[in-house]
Amino acid sequence: MIRSVMVMNTQGKPRLAKFYDFQTVEKQQELIRSVFGVLCSRAENVSNFLDAASIFGPDSSLVYKHYATLYFVLVFDSSENELAMLDLIQVFVETLDKCFKNVCELDIVFNYSKIHTILDEMIFGGQVLETSSTELVKAVEEISRLESASNSITLVPKSVSGWRNR
Amino acid sequence: MEQLKTIGRELAMGSQGGFGQSKEFLELVKSIGEARSKAEEDRIVLHEIETLKRRISEPDIPKRKMKEFIIRLVYIEMLGHDASFGYIHAVKMTHDDTLLLKRTGYLAVTLFLNDDHDLIILIVNTIQKDLKSDNFLIVCAALNAVCRLINDETIPAVLPQVVDLLNHQKEAVRKKAIMALHRFYHKSPSSVSHLFSNFRKRLCDNDPGVMGATLCPLFDLITVDVNTYKDLVLSFVSILKQVAERRLPKGYDYHQMPAPFIQIRLLKILALLGSGDKLASEKMYTVVGDIFRKCDSTSNIGNAVLYECICCVSSIYPNPKLLEAAAEVISRFLKSDSHNLKYMGIDALGRLIKISPEIAEQHQLAVIDCLEDPDDTLKRKTFELLYKMTKSSNVEVIVDRMIDYMISINDNHYKTYIASRCVELAEQFAPSNHWFIQTMNKVFEHAGDLVNIKVAHNLMRLIAEGFGEDDDAADSQLRSSAVESYLRIIGEPKLPSVFLQVICWVFGEYGTADGKYSASYITGKLCDVAEAYSNDETVKAYAVTALMKIYAFEIASGRKVDMLPECQSLVEELSASHSTDLQQRAYELQAVVNLDAHAVEIIMPLDASCEDIEIDKNLSFLNSYVQQSLENGAQPYIPESERSGTLDISNFRSQDQHEASMHGLKFEAYELPKAPVTSRIPPASVAPSAELVPVPEPSYSRETHQVASVPSISDAGSTEPRLKLDGVRRVVWGKPTYSSPTSSTSNASQSTSNGVTQVDSAANVNSKARKTHDSRKPEAEITPEKQKLAASLFGGPSKTEKRPTSASHKVAKASSHAAEKSQAPKAAVVSNQATLEKINHQPPPDLLDLGEPTVTSSAPSVDPFKQLEGLLDTTQVTSTVNHGAVGATEAPDIMALYVGTPAGGQSSSAENSLPSNIYDVNLTSELSNLTSGTTNAGATLPTQFTKGPNPKDALEKDALVRQMGVTPSSQNPNLFSDLLG
Repeated sequence: MIRSVMVMNTQGKPRLAKFYDFQTVEKQQELIRSVFGVLCSRAENVSNFLDAASIFGPDSSLVYKHYATLYFVLVFDSSENELAMLDLIQVFVETLDKCFKNVCELDIVFNYSKIHTILDEMIFGGQVLETSSTELVKAVEEISRLESASNSITLVPKSVSGWRNR
Repeated sequence: MEQLKTIGRELAMGSQGGFGQSKEFLELVKSIGEARSKAEEDRIVLHEIETLKRRISEPDIPKRKMKEFIIRLVYIEMLGHDASFGYIHAVKMTHDDTLLLKRTGYLAVTLFLNDDHDLIILIVNTIQKDLKSDNFLIVCAALNAVCRLINDETIPAVLPQVVDLLNHQKEAVRKKAIMALHRFYHKSPSSVSHLFSNFRKRLCDNDPGVMGATLCPLFDLITVDVNTYKDLVLSFVSILKQVAERRLPKGYDYHQMPAPFIQIRLLKILALLGSGDKLASEKMYTVVGDIFRKCDSTSNIGNAVLYECICCVSSIYPNPKLLEAAAEVISRFLKSDSHNLKYMGIDALGRLIKISPEIAEQHQLAVIDCLEDPDDTLKRKTFELLYKMTKSSNVEVIVDRMIDYMISINDNHYKTYIASRCVELAEQFAPSNHWFIQTMNKVFEHAGDLVNIKVAHNLMRLIAEGFGEDDDAADSQLRSSAVESYLRIIGEPKLPSVFLQVICWVFGEYGTADGKYSASYITGKLCDVAEAYSNDETVKAYAVTALMKIYAFEIASGRKVDMLPECQSLVEELSASHSTDLQQRAYELQAVVNLDAHAVEIIMPLDASCEDIEIDKNLSFLNSYVQQSLENGAQPYIPESERSGTLDISNFRSQDQHEASMHGLKFEAYELPKAPVTSRIPPASVAPSAELVPVPEPSYSRETHQVASVPSISDAGSTEPRLKLDGVRRVVWGKPTYSSPTSSTSNASQSTSNGVTQVDSAANVNSKARKTHDSRKPEAEITPEKQKLAASLFGGPSKTEKRPTSASHKVAKASSHAAEKSQAPKAAVVSNQATLEKINHQPPPDLLDLGEPTVTSSAPSVDPFKQLEGLLDTTQVTSTVNHGAVGATEAPDIMALYVGTPAGGQSSSAENSLPSNIYDVNLTSELSNLTSGTTNAGATLPTQFTKGPNPKDALEKDALVRQMGVTPSSQNPNLFSDLLG
């Protein structure tokens, strides 16, 4: 089972953190920090795997991938295959790329809820649910469409909300 | 900086409304992104929290704004700040009717709340309602929340709805419903135990995605209980077959691989089902073989599937063809440039090595490359592999490597782990006690605080007991070498406490035993230790007791004792210590020093830590003294039982059960752990008084007292009750048949019939020879060091399958034995190197060269062959061979033995190059009394040697498997027919 999905930038700032077993806010921060501490000390051209037992307890492995300014990290137990998890990161990034057209760190920051939607379509309760990025994009787009459809009636125009806030 | 520029660019875009977020949110993100320090960031976030707190509770917030607030809360919490003030708003949002808000609400609560949070109760109702919604997206969102927020208490509330959803028309919902049930199973297996049949049903779902999702819970169920699901083997095999044959819709392809994640899951399940089950395994052979063939090894995911195949092959009942295919894939992995693949290759090798140990030899150089790789992950994985393949022949190299690595890292978690691995290997395979002590020293020195205290006790016991034989010279040599090594180490700063305890104990017992070091020298060192580690009471206690022992030995041997001034001040300081234990030890020391030689000899006999202590609980030797005192008018002793309630505390040492039960309280905790003497008479003298006041004949009461007063610290002087009690279970040095290396070196020829001992001693010579080899001539090879390492890691013999490499060492060993010391290293070097070259290149001439050492050293020629025969045969050949025959068929016999090497090493080429008549010679010679089965197996398929069937059988079985595998499964005929039809 997958224990956690993390996205952080090269300065250690978390961009996305999802833990499939509950962790307190403090613990989450600690985990993110220690993972970043290990990741930033890794040289290039080494394997994408890490033994995460010292951070996440026994029977846990970590796979990460470095894209531009971001680290994508997956933590999971021995019932998953490391190489396959590496591809899961690939699927995630491919999907993001399709959803945002040349995804960059900022897209992830500003579309927090959409990123979570994508992730939830891909990994459900710690198990891999869908691995086809085309299917994922389809599902996410359908959700967005229905959301905006159901929302359009109640939507308060932006100018009005802006006026109200003044 | 570059990143900030990007932010600027994106912000320009964002402010035009590209992201549908408000300006405030963008500004928040921007300012956090630009924060120069953590403190600045915190200030910004705290300000944001203040703003949110104020605004979120305003009335009539537009929904869209509210959604943004919630997202901002989530964002803040991700940055590590408390957003709990907004939880209730997130919960409220789940009640909203619009999809957008509901989903946002669910997202926030799943991120915020644990399943035992108080607010959950407010959500359960909503979830129940939403699970019945007509809008499948709402259902999905609710299922998502179910996974995270429902605990074992609330499962019953939503379980019926979730089970209903298993038949939902949308496959996405069915998938998620299965996953939710899986999650329930994780949280509380009993809550869904009546629903397991549903998983089986869903396996036949029309949608392959749902079927794939069902594999997750089934995998967990099968992990727990294999036997219930054996009937599904055929179904799984047929599903896997159809997937591998690309019969799924194209949409399931990933990088040209048909549904790789489903394949991986299925292979994992098959590995579980086929483990130790020959019948089930046979059904799998064909499909796994097909995947091996078809899999695309250029893509990452293809390699993932291949790796999973290897895992499966190594778990199910072994099949030679599949093992071959697996070995091929492993070698491809190891040869790859990708570190990821090397990692997987090493891992796979570790799995396969359990079944076919000889496979490691093909990859020795690759493994060593991985071991020296700068990548820590790969290195650790390689150590894991080495740990699995450690045997007595290569333990020295492997443990040395491990210790080197252990010293180089700072990660305490892994340091502890690898230290325990070192200790474990050393205890199991140590070739000599001397080496064991040296190794333990290193482990203690660098990771002393991380290892179990028991290891220290074992080490002390080992030094005390020596070889456990009547070889006093060797024992005392071992001890003086230990003392010497400790004297060297003691100068190092900051030694771990446990290690210092061992050092003090050894100094006390054996510091002056060989007369090399004077008492004042050793006591000086001990005082230094006590002074340097004055915060550590345990170390000080050990040091003082050691001092006492040394002075006692001095007195007993009739020498005059002058206490060093620093020692005196130490004792004085300790006799005023706050610790009663230290105080008492100091007083004891002072008392002992003032006694005469005879008394001291009785109290502190030399080297008596292994002696059993007999405790005379009657204290009969005091009778005359008691009598005398009584006559002088002393009060008679009244047993505690007759005294009324007072002084209960003095009873604590008494073991007498009825006595204790007569009092209201029972002080079990104070009883002696195990009394070595069974006599149960209440003490006749007042034992506690002996603690402080020396009685005329104190020797015995003192010793018993020491036993009683320091049971928790295992030190105690030469009487050492702890050691004796623990001594029931000795350190196990691998197999009990091992004799110590020195003895086996000296009497190798006598114990020739014992194969195990032989292999071991050969290994010793091997390692010795290697050392001399190291210093003498570097090899002409390109990577001589690596080859050396390879030879020492892989070339050594193993106990179970006697490989000819060991034979060469053995031959060399025997010859060296004959030539005694001058010739020994040389001969060993020759054979060792020859073997080495052969392993790597296998030019045919080398095979003949190998014979040389034996042929030249003709004097003991009888012995080596007797040994060789011990190698080939484990059961039958004992003394049936007559040595004349051996002489006659000398050379071919040797060659026949070496034939095994190519089989064990690189599979075929060298084997083919050998003349076939070697086999004939082999069979017609005296070795023909071996069964042909074992010969075959030994020569061609070492795996099968232990596993049973010979190649012919295996081939037949394989054919059978093919036959069976091709036939369609009858178990579950409509499994995929409706699915794909």
